[in-house]
Amino acid sequence: MTATNLRAVTTAPAPARWIGRVLVIAVLAFFSVFFVLPLAWLLLAPTKSQTQLNGLNGELPFSFGSFGQLAENWNGLVTFQNGIIWTWLGNSVLYSGVALVLTILVTIPAGYALAMTTFKGRRLVLITTLMVMLIPNTALALPIFLELTRVRLIGTPLAVILPFAFFPFGVYLAYIYFSTTMSRDLLDAARIDGAGEWRVFTKIAMPLATPVIALVGFFNFVGNWNNYFLPFITQPGSRKMPVQVGLTELLSNTPTFNPTNVASLTISLPQLALATLISVAPVLIVFLFSQRFLVTGLTAGATKE
Amino acid sequence: MLLLLAFGIGPMLFALYLSFTKGGAFVGFDNFVKVFGDFRFFPAVQHVALFVGIWLVTLIVLVVVLALVVHAVRSRWLSATSRFLFYIPGAFAGSASVLLWLFLLDPSVSPIAVLLEQFGFSSFIQTVAQDNLPVIFTIIAFWAGAGGWIIIMYGALNTISQDVMEAARIDGAGPLKTAWYIQIPLMRKWIVYMAIVSLAAGSQLFVEPRVLSQASRGVVPKDYSLNQLAYQFAFGTQSDYNGSAAISILLLIVATGLAAVFVFRGGLFDRD
Repeated sequence: MTATNLRAVTTAPAPARWIGRVLVIAVLAFFSVFFVLPLAWLLLAPTKSQTQLNGLNGELPFSFGSFGQLAENWNGLVTFQNGIIWTWLGNSVLYSGVALVLTILVTIPAGYALAMTTFKGRRLVLITTLMVMLIPNTALALPIFLELTRVRLIGTPLAVILPFAFFPFGVYLAYIYFSTTMSRDLLDAARIDGAGEWRVFTKIAMPLATPVIALVGFFNFVGNWNNYFLPFITQPGSRKMPVQVGLTELLSNTPTFNPTNVASLTISLPQLALATLISVAPVLIVFLFSQRFLVTGLTAGATKE
Repeated sequence: MLLLLAFGIGPMLFALYLSFTKGGAFVGFDNFVKVFGDFRFFPAVQHVALFVGIWLVTLIVLVVVLALVVHAVRSRWLSATSRFLFYIPGAFAGSASVLLWLFLLDPSVSPIAVLLEQFGFSSFIQTVAQDNLPVIFTIIAFWAGAGGWIIIMYGALNTISQDVMEAARIDGAGPLKTAWYIQIPLMRKWIVYMAIVSLAAGSQLFVEPRVLSQASRGVVPKDYSLNQLAYQFAFGTQSDYNGSAAISILLLIVATGLAAVFVFRGGLFDRD
């Protein structure tokens, strides 16, 4: 049967098909608005003053303020507590960055070892990895805190970096990747040619692993940057916070959401909106650059098999 | 492996140790009894259970429907664009998403103030009244998290072979029947995976109530969820690490149990 024939068999009566299409478009439109509208508003909010944002003079919610106002909000934000937002961003970069490097260094060889070698207890390690991977990281935050208190690491950057670098999902991804894309025969061939284990890993496995390194890095970075609970409890003192925790510190300095002690508070709502935007900017940029691989469902392919 | 031990197994064992001791002495289930007896414990369990229930149903129904719709769209451009738009809010996971929704829920600045007033909310405090919280948390979590799941489901739909789909079409199944009898059953593993991960994650509710509690000056209580309560135990006036560990262990048992069900019964990850 040819393709045209098929279509002839399958097409529903015209009105039904038409209704179906309208429904599909309506559903897509509704949810696109739901997902995008808040973002659009957030992009516009920092260009307004507090009164403009309140719409007291009849400003529409989705109107553009002015660049002058944007600059003013920016200045207000970066001078808040002598530019502490930069400290927070720096902390975020430090914590997520070092953790990212560590994660790659640990997960890729671990996945490789699990996939390419057989050793005693391998199955146990695999199952443990899977189990811990499925446990949400907030569940481990307090136990980790308690443990780190005992070893007196609380307040040091290590208290965030080490748990951040703990990423069983990455091990799992690397394991799946190596076990599906690389054959042991290939490695054996290299060994017969006289390459040592280290050489086999660095010269053959690593170059082939670029996609999975990117994938692991992506998930690790995004997850860690946005992690709240763990740095919140392990980094006391506002100079050590990453920006996600810093945001809530700003929030407590915003009069609207803190009506009692207005006098000493200095963050306006548009500034808070700007800070929210800045805090996720790095992740947003990563998203935009990885748009293609995100949308094709490659992520699904990777987590699936 | 070392990290797995240090930050996966280690904390669990240590919390387990703490939860059964007090000042270094073994006290059996005392910490658990104390936690159970705490007047804040059962309300917190109820809050979390209610939220998780509402959230799971919403998440599963909407994600499956949206994935099917996005998959059914003929125009590749439209399909790819909507997937990307759905996914973008994922960048805001964590406190940023809650902050953004603070704005949206405050009628004085919200772009959807008209909508809020339709429901009779004219001030922020009214919007975040306790009865509304499960729904609010659901909306926030769905907004930030659904896109990723939609993409995963979409990927799963792509793996269904064309032959099967074509056979269904020849047999005269419309898109609805195909979805119900073929696509959804074939997606089942993924739906179960999503449900388990989300159930485990939902029971850990922390950022959302914590930020809302801060912003609403106590209208949203400090101990709304279990993790908040555990936090209160450790950092509040009591500074009771053992009690905190006991709650953590309870939550961990739930999470680990769910994970175990999935790893051993799901078969999804069985490759050996």
